[in-house]
Amino acid sequence: MDDVMGQALADRLMVMGDDELILAHRNSEWAGHAPILEEDIAFANIALDEMGHASIWYGLRGELTGEDTDRLIFFRNPGQYRNVQLVELPKGDWAFSMVRQYLFDAAENIQLGYLKASAYRPLAEAAAKIATEEAYHLRHTGLWLRRLGLGTEESHARTQAALDSLWPYAQQLFMSLPDDTALFEAGIIPDAALLRREWEGKVRPILAECGLAISDGAMPRRDIPRTEHTEYLVALLSELQSVARLDPEAEW
Amino acid sequence: MVNRVVLTDAAVRKILTNVMDPEIPVVSVVDMGIIREVDVSPEGVIVTMTPTFSGCPALDVMRRDIEAAVRSLGVEQVTVRVELHPAWSTEWITDEGREKLRQFGLAPPPRHAGDPVSVAFFDLAECPRCGSTNTSLRNAFGPTLCRMIWYCNECRDAFEQFKPL
Repeated sequence: MDDVMGQALADRLMVMGDDELILAHRNSEWAGHAPILEEDIAFANIALDEMGHASIWYGLRGELTGEDTDRLIFFRNPGQYRNVQLVELPKGDWAFSMVRQYLFDAAENIQLGYLKASAYRPLAEAAAKIATEEAYHLRHTGLWLRRLGLGTEESHARTQAALDSLWPYAQQLFMSLPDDTALFEAGIIPDAALLRREWEGKVRPILAECGLAISDGAMPRRDIPRTEHTEYLVALLSELQSVARLDPEAEW
Repeated sequence: MVNRVVLTDAAVRKILTNVMDPEIPVVSVVDMGIIREVDVSPEGVIVTMTPTFSGCPALDVMRRDIEAAVRSLGVEQVTVRVELHPAWSTEWITDEGREKLRQFGLAPPPRHAGDPVSVAFFDLAECPRCGSTNTSLRNAFGPTLCRMIWYCNECRDAFEQFKPL
């Protein structure tokens, strides 16, 4: 792999790690606050899984760049993070967090399906590993979507409101990075437009089954690059990084 | 003259049967099927392991414990490599390991042919206390990443099952 391709892949792996890390952190905020004890346990597990996956993606990046995972996580400023805004939004109510997790899981499952066949072997191997765990997440959040969408009038209204807010944000998951084309042509990552089509083909009928309407009219006015963040990421990172930054040289 | 004992792969594997999973302290890393390869050479020992669940916090502890166990054999150069491929599966837990899980109070993971999620929700877990399969799944997630929570309708109490992967 030449330097240009290596850098493109490192950029892509950063995106994948950042999405999972930030989502994991948001999800962990439910620990002790989920609507029922079982769900408290389940969602904390999902958060931990996502954090494990982030660490795998950062590790693969580190193999290319020599960077240390802890330093990537704890010592980058918000402007250096490349996650989508979808995952940094505050956790909201339960419906909001479930809809977000479902939309994300569905996209991730489709992406992992392609990455398993990546021409970059370490990526293919990691994707195969992660896919076995993600299957549980998608099933879990899919069930919640049904329960909330088809539940009471209130649960339906909250879920619909969550989807109305989140659907436009979810589109950012399928935006290519400037150098993704080279990776796609080399068979390392799938085409983003293809992922989006498959994702829509998968989630639209399920959302409809759950009695939820998609507000296609409410798309963002422009494509939002992953370099742009909401103010929520700043607060999230200041919490996530506070201990590590108290003593940057500490070992644990 | 130093008395040199020739170290074998088998001796290393044997010592690893003393390295327990910190979250399930009755099963060893060998029972769990996470030791992929042991390579003994004049330069030292390389143990290749694989993680169970990728976010498992016990992974680092196991890695350290494996290294310490091999060092206890008098080996100076010990490397523990972590390899993801092929992805670990609960099918790799040995029969002995499955029995130890059951005695520990954890129902062993259901057998599957490469699609764990398809059996995870539909195969009834056997209660490790009374052996009944009159059970129902309460939560696909449990107190650790590798456990699901079931309920035994005979004992009228909850129990845990190792999650199929």
